[in-house]
Amino acid sequence: MSEKKTQGIQKATLKKVFGYIKNYRILMLLSIIMAAATVICSLYVPILIGRAIDLIIDKGNVDFEGLSVLLPQIAVVALAVAIIQWLMNTVNNRITYHIVRDIRDEAFRKIEILPLSYVDSHPAGGIVNRVIADADQFADGLLMGFTQLFTGVVTILGTLLFMLTINWKIALVVVVLTPLSLFIAKFIAGRTYKMFRLQSETRGEQTAFIDEMIGNQKVVQAFSHEAEALEKFDEINDRLADCSLQATFYSSITNPATRFVNSMVYAGVAAAGAVACIATAGTVNPFTVGQLSCFLSYANQYTKPFNEISGVVTELQNALACASRLFELIEEQPQIPDAENAAVLENVKGSVSLENVDFSYTLERELIKDLSLNVKPGQRIAIVGPTGCGKTTIINLLMRFYDVNSGAVKVEGEDIRNVTRNSLRSSYGMVLQETWLKSGTVRDNITMGKPDATDEEVIAAAKASHAHSFIKRLPDGYNTVIGEDGGSLSQGQKQLLCIARVMLCLPPMLILDEATSSIDTRTELKIQEAFARMMKGRTSFIVAHRLSTIREADVILVMKDGHIIEQGRHEELLELDGFYAKLYNSQFAV
Amino acid sequence: MKKLLAYLKSYTKESILGPLFKCFEAVLELFVPLVIAAVIDNGVALGDKGYIAKMCLLLVVIGIVGLAFSITAQYFSAKAAVGFARDVKHDLFKHIQSLSYSEIDTLGTSTLITRMTSDMNQVQSGINLTLRLLLRSPFVVFGAMIMAFTLDFDSALIFAAAIPALSVVVFGIMLWCIPLYKKVQQRLDKVVSITRENLTGIRVIRAFCKENEEIAEFESRNEELTKIQKFVGRISALMNPLTYIIINLAIIWLVYTGAVRVETGILTQGTVVALYNLMSQILVELIKLANLIINITKSVACGNRIQSVFEIKSSLENGNSENGSGEYAVEFRHASLKYANAGANALTDMNFTVKKGETVGIIGGTGSGKSSLVNMIPRFYDAAEGEVLVNGVNVKDFTIDDLRDKIGIVPQKAVLFKGTIRENMQWGKTDATDIEIFSALETAQAKAVADSKGGLDFMIEQGGKNLSGGQRQRFTIARALVKKPEILILDDSASALDFATDAALRKALRSMDYSPAVFIVSQRTSSIRHADKIIVLDDGEIVGIGTHDELLESCDIYKEIHSSQFKKEAV
Repeated sequence: MSEKKTQGIQKATLKKVFGYIKNYRILMLLSIIMAAATVICSLYVPILIGRAIDLIIDKGNVDFEGLSVLLPQIAVVALAVAIIQWLMNTVNNRITYHIVRDIRDEAFRKIEILPLSYVDSHPAGGIVNRVIADADQFADGLLMGFTQLFTGVVTILGTLLFMLTINWKIALVVVVLTPLSLFIAKFIAGRTYKMFRLQSETRGEQTAFIDEMIGNQKVVQAFSHEAEALEKFDEINDRLADCSLQATFYSSITNPATRFVNSMVYAGVAAAGAVACIATAGTVNPFTVGQLSCFLSYANQYTKPFNEISGVVTELQNALACASRLFELIEEQPQIPDAENAAVLENVKGSVSLENVDFSYTLERELIKDLSLNVKPGQRIAIVGPTGCGKTTIINLLMRFYDVNSGAVKVEGEDIRNVTRNSLRSSYGMVLQETWLKSGTVRDNITMGKPDATDEEVIAAAKASHAHSFIKRLPDGYNTVIGEDGGSLSQGQKQLLCIARVMLCLPPMLILDEATSSIDTRTELKIQEAFARMMKGRTSFIVAHRLSTIREADVILVMKDGHIIEQGRHEELLELDGFYAKLYNSQFAV
Repeated sequence: MKKLLAYLKSYTKESILGPLFKCFEAVLELFVPLVIAAVIDNGVALGDKGYIAKMCLLLVVIGIVGLAFSITAQYFSAKAAVGFARDVKHDLFKHIQSLSYSEIDTLGTSTLITRMTSDMNQVQSGINLTLRLLLRSPFVVFGAMIMAFTLDFDSALIFAAAIPALSVVVFGIMLWCIPLYKKVQQRLDKVVSITRENLTGIRVIRAFCKENEEIAEFESRNEELTKIQKFVGRISALMNPLTYIIINLAIIWLVYTGAVRVETGILTQGTVVALYNLMSQILVELIKLANLIINITKSVACGNRIQSVFEIKSSLENGNSENGSGEYAVEFRHASLKYANAGANALTDMNFTVKKGETVGIIGGTGSGKSSLVNMIPRFYDAAEGEVLVNGVNVKDFTIDDLRDKIGIVPQKAVLFKGTIRENMQWGKTDATDIEIFSALETAQAKAVADSKGGLDFMIEQGGKNLSGGQRQRFTIARALVKKPEILILDDSASALDFATDAALRKALRSMDYSPAVFIVSQRTSSIRHADKIIVLDDGEIVGIGTHDELLESCDIYKEIHSSQFKKEAV
């Protein structure tokens, strides 16, 4: 990306960031004022201490009266600094955390209305990262960056001002020498950047290798591949050690180097200051030892904000990058909202029709072409085909997870794009192959579709889906908390819970995905039985794996590579002697 | 952590020189205020410009020598830390590889990966920081105090009071915050988990129209997080203001004490300035020390986790037999298997024999112990009772490499590795020729796939991501076939294949010329019905052994399984 373009994006991002800060502008203003006050007060303290030192000149030459005024003054100023600083920190925290909260809420609300095409094509981990890590980085980096930048600049300007008013010549020594440390820091950073990149690349390579080998340790052992793996690992490991040493060492020179510049400034101030003391001794406006000590303490502090600012700039850029990723998510095109006059589907009997439907996930690869299908209430539609042939596509269209490209899907004669999503989706009961449960109690999961269900209803639904007996045996029965995605439940148990979930509300239409190889046949029988009970009298779409289901279906859709290639009843399709016939016969082939 | 630190032994020189040079630098830094005091008392007071020039030159020299010391220290620390990490990682990787299946099960691979990567990085940077700073900061703090004592005893007492007060504040706030940060993390985890759930479960959530409830739940968890973050923020925000007050009060006290003692002629003005400068140095170092300690605590925790991996010893002991002979390729003699931490046996009293060239089908419900049974043959798990024999020799008496070399296994999960198809195939036999590979591919019904990808040089991505599930499965079968094993184990390895391919595969396996003993684990009776022998498992016990027809007669569970899959035929 060209630098100009990057800058353009950064500018746009910055603008949006200000949009979020706007809600907190009073706090922000307060924070800036307090930052300025803290800095100026804390710069004033060395001056006061310098004055106090000037009152302590020699044996018998100490101005206790003056000290008795000055010392309490120092105490008051220090106390003021402390209080304002604490308030400022608290206000900053508030701004930061509230903005992160706001952004996260907004991002999450967006997730709930994103089109499924977006979620399907972006790994969940990446999106989670944006909502969590990027939001944190953004807040920390940007807001802390701003305050650090601000206090840094005020400190530099304030110090400069104080120094110039006391003695401009010595101030000049500081001003001229200090930028040196910036140059050195930048020089080293430039040199180490490459090494750091090499380090992180090699580290990535090593992590990938570890991931692969340790993650599949069992296969590695099964093939006695340990020695080869170790050899390869050592090769990467040695390379990593080399570049890691260089990166670590060269980057760790920065601190001593800037400290060195600092000590040069210090020596310069000491020399110039001491000479000035002698030169102006006895004049009307002498440069005193107290002022020298004040200068020395400034010289010590003055380089610090410079070093910090160079760090802050990278942090700010990083934060902006995080922010722009976050905004990308927030500004992502949402799904087409329900039409304003969208009807609410009521009294669904279960007639569904697909009329000349064209659909594809990407423009390049057309999938469904001119599919028409008429389903009468109570009919069973079996979708069959080899794994990965796109059986779920049909489900996506029926539930309106995706919209058709052309043609229409109709329920009760009504185009589903003209009814509310809620009413459409609650007309279907869906049990997918990927059993998904939310973390919470067993009961929470069953009552997902009907939160106000009574205990009796829940138990009845569980009994009907053969889930009751295993739920009873869980430590806390229906109140057992299950972890994210089902936690310790077996695949079969999860499936039974998903069925119970649908059993409780029993909508007029069903979408079912038959059990997979990961469930043993006896559990499968139970699931079968539960399915059969549900399907009675309901329009059902079944992704079928079992012959019995297929045979009893009113219509079989045979899919291959995303296309529906055959359509009809079992006998008709056998007679056709096409793909279906081959698929069917192979089950019994020897 | 202690045992881990033994790895620093190879870097003894570096680990001593690093901190040592750091301390040299710190001593030099402590001398700076004394030089300034001399400038004020001897240079300014007496108007001696030559003396001032000399002293300031001394400051420059101190700066240069300090820089040299410090860079030397950084080099040694970096070298020790990096070398340490390299050595530990090497041994850790080797160690993890030597663990047996049961240890891997207990630990979990994702844990092991974390130990090797992020934990290791944390330890490396922790060691680097420790070598650089752990001695330096206390050295400066106490050095300043000692320096103060050499200047003036009474004033130094102020240091003796200020240092504990500052320490109480710095470490007190730190200790208060650490458990709170844990709480923050817990609440953050809750926000993470609901976010992830809403992405992975998006279809279900939308199907049940739960979007608004989820938003409300998210917002309340988010608010909880924000609340505790603000609370911790308010506490940790106390650190700077409180230390600032303490240090300034100490300075005021110092100036006052100084004033009294200058008045009586015990101290000079320059000394007071020197004491003031020393006091200023303390604060910075204490805060650095506090941050360092947080960092070290984290590193030690990581180090302990790594060490606990080292402490797990492999339960496998190598035998010394290379070969054996006997009528049976595989024999189970009343063998039982019990997994670590499990209450009951996974397998009980397995007793059967398999001749060379025989095909054995193993069937049963989920959790009935099918995979466990075949995993005992290559000694992935050892028998708790009884014994398992291969070629008439107890598997424990073989060297592990020799034993596993006889066995080709196709695991349930089809895993391929980054590299070409050829490299993946050569896992089975390092020097396999293309002809051998192609013949294995052909048997595994994978030749067409390899051809369509452009041959053996096709690069497979990590985890085989650029292949479909069925393609991966065929390649894993071929990989096991390349070495022409005496015993071939297919652990439910045809689940992603369609019926036609599955049938073709079985046919090809039967016609292999080196006639290995074949174990087929499956849930489908269609996959094993033609086996010479079928073993039916239920809840870890053998409930039937025989041919398909025999079992249909005698074994109820087999009948049940079969009829559930072929309902119509059974009726």
